[in-house]
Amino acid sequence: MSVLIFLLPIALALGSIGLAGFLWSLRAGQYEDLDGAALRILTDDDVGQAQ
Amino acid sequence: MDVSADLSGYVQTRADGAAEIDFAVQGILCGTCIGVIERAIARMQGAPKPRLNYTMRRLHVSWTAANFNPADVARVLAPLGYTVRPFDLAASEDEDARRSRALMRCLAIAGFAAMNVMLLSVSIWAGNASDIDDNTRDMFHWISALIALPAAFFAGQPFFLSALGALRARSLNMDVPISLGVSLALVMSVFETATHAHHAYYESALMLLFFLLAGRVLDDAMRSRTRAIVNNFASLRAFQAFRVNTDGGITEVPVKALRHYDVVLVRPGEKFPIDGKILSGSSEIDDSLVTGESSHRRVEADDPVYAGAINLSGTVRAEVHAAGNDTLLHEIERLLETASSGKSRYVLLADRVARYYAPAVHLGALVTAIGWFLAGASLHDAIVAAIAVLIVTCPCALALAIPAVHVVASGSLFRRGLLLRKADALERLAEVDTVVFDKTGTLTRPEPGIANRAKVPADLLAIAARLALSSRHPLARGIAVEAGASSPFDNVVEESGRGVRTIVDGEELRLGSPDFCGIDADYAGDASRLSVIAVRHGARCCTIQVKQVLRPDAAACIAWLKQTGIGVEILSGDNLHAVNEVAVKLGIEAAQGGIKPAEKVRRLEDLRAQGRRVLMVGDGLNDAPALAAAHASLSPSTAADVSQSVADAIFLGDRLQPVCDAITGSRRAMRLMRENLWLAAIYNILAVPLAVFGVLTPLLAAAGMSGSSLLVTLNALRARDIDEHSIKQSRKSRRSQPQISAPLTAGVGT
Repeated sequence: MSVLIFLLPIALALGSIGLAGFLWSLRAGQYEDLDGAALRILTDDDVGQAQ
Repeated sequence: MDVSADLSGYVQTRADGAAEIDFAVQGILCGTCIGVIERAIARMQGAPKPRLNYTMRRLHVSWTAANFNPADVARVLAPLGYTVRPFDLAASEDEDARRSRALMRCLAIAGFAAMNVMLLSVSIWAGNASDIDDNTRDMFHWISALIALPAAFFAGQPFFLSALGALRARSLNMDVPISLGVSLALVMSVFETATHAHHAYYESALMLLFFLLAGRVLDDAMRSRTRAIVNNFASLRAFQAFRVNTDGGITEVPVKALRHYDVVLVRPGEKFPIDGKILSGSSEIDDSLVTGESSHRRVEADDPVYAGAINLSGTVRAEVHAAGNDTLLHEIERLLETASSGKSRYVLLADRVARYYAPAVHLGALVTAIGWFLAGASLHDAIVAAIAVLIVTCPCALALAIPAVHVVASGSLFRRGLLLRKADALERLAEVDTVVFDKTGTLTRPEPGIANRAKVPADLLAIAARLALSSRHPLARGIAVEAGASSPFDNVVEESGRGVRTIVDGEELRLGSPDFCGIDADYAGDASRLSVIAVRHGARCCTIQVKQVLRPDAAACIAWLKQTGIGVEILSGDNLHAVNEVAVKLGIEAAQGGIKPAEKVRRLEDLRAQGRRVLMVGDGLNDAPALAAAHASLSPSTAADVSQSVADAIFLGDRLQPVCDAITGSRRAMRLMRENLWLAAIYNILAVPLAVFGVLTPLLAAAGMSGSSLLVTLNALRARDIDEHSIKQSRKSRRSQPQISAPLTAGVGT
């Protein structure tokens, strides 16, 4: 059972990384325009620049 | 005329020196608009950074260069077909944004904690069935406690604070049993952990919090989106005033910056921003939004004018007589206060249920404890059984039953062009048995329509419509809307009060008053209700008669209401003759005209005294007190600001269909809410005896709780389709629907 000493902190740390990521995305305003984000991916603004 | 716009009141300066401004945008149809708008802004002088929020229909522009003028944004976007207005991020909306972010944070914490604790709990359950040793189990329990206690303390705040508020006001709401259940589950778990017991309930408490928060987040997202769209309308209509400065220059200023004895310039097509009197110039004005009177009034020097009236034909200068508290607007607001205080505060269904539910649960737990104790159990076992009752009855399903239906139903009404503004609107709309309509702007379209369409050659009409797009005149706007024009001509010159003209392929095109186009007007019938516009293309020309027309589906909507057994009445400020004409056309027996705002309220009170639940549908300033006094109220999105601010819901577009949808949708939602309450009650009836007799294990309780929540949520999803035959009708009438409303509803609904 001594393996738990490593496994539990690892599990919690991974979870915390996910949580921190979510809180960061929330603060960065990524949830403020959910419909727009889905549509922005369709615009070809970057195509002209690449050529 | 050189006009400088003053947007300084809307510009905010950030800490890093950049300036920013928000605009409400109208005319967004689909995803392509994002790129079109942002590219157009980014190309402007001063390299501003645009960001369009597609969900909220807002444009945020930030810039650092001094040579960028935010007033140019409107000028750049207008030819592309977008209307923008600077948007004052209202304090209330700022508060909303903060609250939704806080809710999301709570949801994230609860989700993180619930997942990790569940991981540990499943291990314990599996271990309990096989060979877990006591030390490992205790360690797992203590780790769970370490995660669960702070997480629940943080994520439970929305419920704890609301429950505290209710208790302080000596009442019970749904959050009281929720808070009690969560905190008792946690306290009991710590107690069980300390006494090396086999079971703890950390995961139940966290799962409950997670589910409930998910419901609240969805509800909040739906409502803040609705509110944003409603606020956009308000700022799109919030009229700016053109102040004549002492040096003769003209500045565009917000209405609230005007002072007594300032002079404002009002051009044709603009609204009077103030109460006051005409100083110079003469014009016809449309008072319909103020008084409901549909025929136009001629004003000259020294005549009084009121805020909200539309200037139709000539440019006038008016002196501000009443600013702020002395306006007619304020007078109506005072009437409003009295009217709304007459309507007793409506108690939400969820809270009404909680009023009976909470005491019943607490009593049940107490009886369980006493029962076990009397039957010879130890004090510890008796208390454990009582707490199990509290946990099992923790109103997970009950608390989801109503909000879930609410979210789904208001979402589907939103897609149909109905924006619910108040939390209890669905419940009150569902109880309606009488609908009272205003006439002008409600049963009739907000813009005038073409009366002699058959006599106008199609190509001339198309030209007229495209020309009309360049005019500020309200009659022109009516033509553009009805003929469905979308692209204006280039280089159009507007001659104030007369018309617009341009030259295409060497031929002159004109739209305006008949003598502007060089022909005699052929007035037919009642001249005060009919306006004549002429269009000229080279040598050809013809006249277009413009008058108030009914909304395209008004007759179908009224017929449907009557067929459904709902009483229909018209109360209008317009004269009796005009009201009767509409009433006869629509087959409405009860119609009254020439009614003052106070009389409308009195009529509604009479109806209420007869035990009727009245839905008031109106748009004018004169309807506002009646909207506040009615059991439920609807306003079109073109309504006066005051009316919208008191209405329970706002409908978009040109059709009355949303009124029917509001009734079917809310009735269906209420039926589902009741079904859900029954489902939750049945779950409790089955689970509570098991808990009372002490046979419910945590696993069973968790399964039962999730199962019932799932069932209730799935049932709530049925609120999505508002069927009935009304939809078939709307498909048929969509063909005759003018274009402007289609993008409006479609755009909002995506």
